Amino acid sequence: MAPKVVLVTGCSRFLGGHLAARFAANPDVDRVLGVDTEPPSRDLLRRMGRAEFVRADIRNPLIAKVIATAQVDTVVHASVTANPAGPTGRTAMKEMNVIGTMQLLAACQKSPHVRKLVVKSTSAVYGSSSRDPAVFTEDMGPKDLPSSGYAKDAVEVEGYVRGFARRRPDVDVTALRFTNFIGPRIDTVLTRYFALPVVPTVLGYDARVQLLHSEDALAVLERAALHDLPGVYNVGGDGVLMLSQAIRRAGRVNLRVPSASVPTVGRLFRGARLVDFSPDQMRFLNWGRVVDTTLLKQEFGFTPRWTTQQAFDDYVSGRALRPLIDPEVVASVERGVLDLAARFR
Amino acid sequence: MDGEEVDAVAEARVIPLHGADREAPRRRRGAVQARPPAVVPEPADEVPEELSGEPGREPAAWERRLAELLTFARRRLQGDYEVDEFGFDPDLTDHVLMPPLRPLYEKWFRVETIGMHNVPGEGGALIVANHSGTLPLDATMTAFAMRADHPKHRHLRMLGADLVFKTSVLGALARKSGQTLACNPDAERLLGSGELVGVWPEGFKGIGKPFKDRYKLQRFGRGGFVSAALNTGVPIIPCSIVGAEEIYPKIGDIRSLARLLGLPYFPVTPFFPLLGPLGAIPLPSKWYIEFGEPIRTDVYGEHAADDPMLVFNLTDQVRETIQQTLYRLLTQRRNVFLG
Repeated sequence: MAPKVVLVTGCSRFLGGHLAARFAANPDVDRVLGVDTEPPSRDLLRRMGRAEFVRADIRNPLIAKVIATAQVDTVVHASVTANPAGPTGRTAMKEMNVIGTMQLLAACQKSPHVRKLVVKSTSAVYGSSSRDPAVFTEDMGPKDLPSSGYAKDAVEVEGYVRGFARRRPDVDVTALRFTNFIGPRIDTVLTRYFALPVVPTVLGYDARVQLLHSEDALAVLERAALHDLPGVYNVGGDGVLMLSQAIRRAGRVNLRVPSASVPTVGRLFRGARLVDFSPDQMRFLNWGRVVDTTLLKQEFGFTPRWTTQQAFDDYVSGRALRPLIDPEVVASVERGVLDLAARFR
Repeated sequence: MDGEEVDAVAEARVIPLHGADREAPRRRRGAVQARPPAVVPEPADEVPEELSGEPGREPAAWERRLAELLTFARRRLQGDYEVDEFGFDPDLTDHVLMPPLRPLYEKWFRVETIGMHNVPGEGGALIVANHSGTLPLDATMTAFAMRADHPKHRHLRMLGADLVFKTSVLGALARKSGQTLACNPDAERLLGSGELVGVWPEGFKGIGKPFKDRYKLQRFGRGGFVSAALNTGVPIIPCSIVGAEEIYPKIGDIRSLARLLGLPYFPVTPFFPLLGPLGAIPLPSKWYIEFGEPIRTDVYGEHAADDPMLVFNLTDQVRETIQQTLYRLLTQRRNVFLG
């Protein structure tokens, strides 16, 4: 059954905002509420159309009033984020992720109208280590519980969501464990990372990276909100790119940093506000992570339109990342050498 | 006898008779780079059609090789290759990782495979082998044998210890060459998708055992490999490797150094660490790799893996088969180095 009143958290960010826009464009949905602490950009606001923006902090009990008075029946919690606002944004990010979720769930539990909850989680909950199986299914847990950062936030968020599902068995709860997003429009740590002209990686390690196109991510979130599909699902594109391979596909230069100097380099990049990797994301760059999406395809009924490789290529062409070594040059060198060889015949 | 040896030398340098169609390009590459005329003085009556067009085609073959090399370089440079979810990179494995093993396989250890027909040409199968030799060269050689000598040239997907994947460089290389962590989810996923999986269930107990215990099989783990095979219904192929025990005779173990480096053992061989890096050269023992009759696991029903007694029995059966084959091969072997 299609929802009547949808509330989307984190609507000033890419996913939340575009999701609200999709609901606004859906005539079956009566009302769309977008919640965030800061107003969306002008462009995003225009896209969101008839969706209403509510400037509220989900850490504040005020959110309960919004949910109750608007008789929200479907809550899409898309504001759990991995991207801290700045060099000192980690504490604020954690507050927002964990405390915000607690407040939001408390509000949902109080409101009798809520009958569906969709939570944007992450495959980071599986952690990343050398002792992991190659592919994670939904019933697996992390080898070592992530001790800090976004992964820990996500584990705690999922814990609270499970608690909520126990206390409100009448509410359909869908938790979606996304792999890293990529796409021409979305802005994440990873998209900034691959846009660096010289991309630092850890010497001697090469991670398996599974990506999801941001449009697929939106489609999955939308589908979860519009249909009754409770459960926990891994969401990721088909196929895998090696980190080094991705860097080459983007035409970047790979700078291999010895693992001893990784913290220093990390600080340097954070200080320069280029990219900010938390320790768990650093581990991800060492080992990588791949999730099994059989459940997504068979039970959830969604097959991502972009494979990991296609999504990455779309990002590269969409961002107009110019390869440092022009493929044309490579091709002409190859032709030249072959012509030269033919002359020696 | 003399005549045979001359033939063997000529054969080693040029094209073998049995697999001319597939071996030719690979062999010729080495030959052409080193000395192009070496291809020509081949016994003419043996492979006539190979030779008839040879003088005209020779530069073309050389060029083809170059073109191939350049395409490979371009593919690597632009990241234009496929990697599976385990991180296996067939392009890199076939072009970079495998070729250097050929001399080791053919000239140094002179590996002889027996019973290759027991390894199925398609579908999942689990190869279980004895582990020895201080360094896991036996696994590498088995994988090479599967790629080079099996009629279908299959890739052997090996299950490795977590130490391998923890180590930098080595771990990344292991994944790219098709290995993955020895755990049941990975094994079952590979077997279920029809891959040929290799496992060395003795682990460090086997590979790091002292020289005096050679060819005595250690405990076969906890039988995890049997339950993986039972769950996926694939046959288990016992594999016995003779010769690997003698490459680095481990006569001692420096425990303190091993602890310091975080290794399971620090081997002392007659030449290592005495001769330094020279001691790392393996002794040129003659190898035999025998693949035994497949043991079927699809006859036990669906929840067979939940029956620990069946798992133990099958584990013992596989272990006994390998041990008996090892003893038989050893009695047939007259000399460690000459076979």
